[in-house]
Amino acid sequence: MNQMAIAALKNQYKSFVQSMFDEGVLDNQFSQLQDLQDSSNPNFVDEVITLFCNDAERIITEMNRYLNYQNVDFSKLDSNVHQLKGSSSSIGAHRMKLACVNLQQASYDRNKEECVEAFNSIRHEYCLLRSKFQFLMQIQRRIVALENNQQ
Amino acid sequence: MGMAADSEFHVLAVDDSIIDRKVIERLLKTSSYQVTTVDSGSKALEFLGLREDDGINPNTPSVSPNNHREVEVNLVITDYCMPGMTDYGLLKKIKESSSLKNIPVVIMSSENVPSRISRCLEEGAEEFLLKPVKLSDLKKLRPHMLRTKIKSHNGKQEPEELGMPDEKIGFPSPKQEEQQQQQPQSKNNKRKAMEEDVSPERTRPRLNGITTMV
Repeated sequence: MNQMAIAALKNQYKSFVQSMFDEGVLDNQFSQLQDLQDSSNPNFVDEVITLFCNDAERIITEMNRYLNYQNVDFSKLDSNVHQLKGSSSSIGAHRMKLACVNLQQASYDRNKEECVEAFNSIRHEYCLLRSKFQFLMQIQRRIVALENNQQ
Repeated sequence: MGMAADSEFHVLAVDDSIIDRKVIERLLKTSSYQVTTVDSGSKALEFLGLREDDGINPNTPSVSPNNHREVEVNLVITDYCMPGMTDYGLLKKIKESSSLKNIPVVIMSSENVPSRISRCLEEGAEEFLLKPVKLSDLKKLRPHMLRTKIKSHNGKQEPEELGMPDEKIGFPSPKQEEQQQQQPQSKNNKRKAMEEDVSPERTRPRLNGITTMV
């Protein structure tokens, strides 16, 4: 019975990831990461997701802080968004990356209003991404738990 | 496992992003390399056995890298832009160091800027990889590491055997190294044709220690 449950969960995982590709939430880089996961590193994707989320939250909190000042320190903002864009790109978070590009442009233009708008967009994309990642990780953990039970 | 020469290759990966370090480490390990990751240029230099304020020291004789550090590093792969060290900073320090200059350096960058790419190559980088780095990108690393492995192996075997017509391909014995022009040689390396000239089969019979070259 477990085999069937595991197979069903794996299908669910696969379909959900596919939907994220279809929506443009994820791009091919995420597939690259999936390919790097194997039996000797069964939690690789989960680990990268966790690292990404922690890092993203840290950066978003900082950016929020900078944008709340009367005078925005655009150079600090630049460096933060550069980092977030890099991480997003490395994990395959396509829409996040695009949102970062918008913020980069607004920051380069030194336009606070546009920065705030672009930042809100990033925050929105991140929330969406995080909840989807959490869903994926839940499925993955159930798969691992069932597979471990078999031994 | 077993006799694969790849696991003898040790790569030092430098990146200030924790996600990128995680990914590059997995990519490199999947390619069967030993990996050390550090998060800054200064830590990289420390690991390589070079203090950041060490400049060019013309009086230092050419020593085997193993004298300077416990672990031999066959390649350094580094992010282009990191806080704490100016751009090209790590690359330049490595290439200016008499003990480290022969270590191949590969630059990674998220930005595709042609002038940046050519500048890196001019400063002595072997390759420039665009982020996000994929597994297939890492195939470009092998030829560069193979060269260093053969060079240091020469020091222990018979140098004369390899100090022959291969000179322009870049297999000099350590004694000849000082007279070799490293710069034009590394310029040749950047062109892909260089890697195609390197024929592992040719060198295999001569080197007892190195076995499988996939």
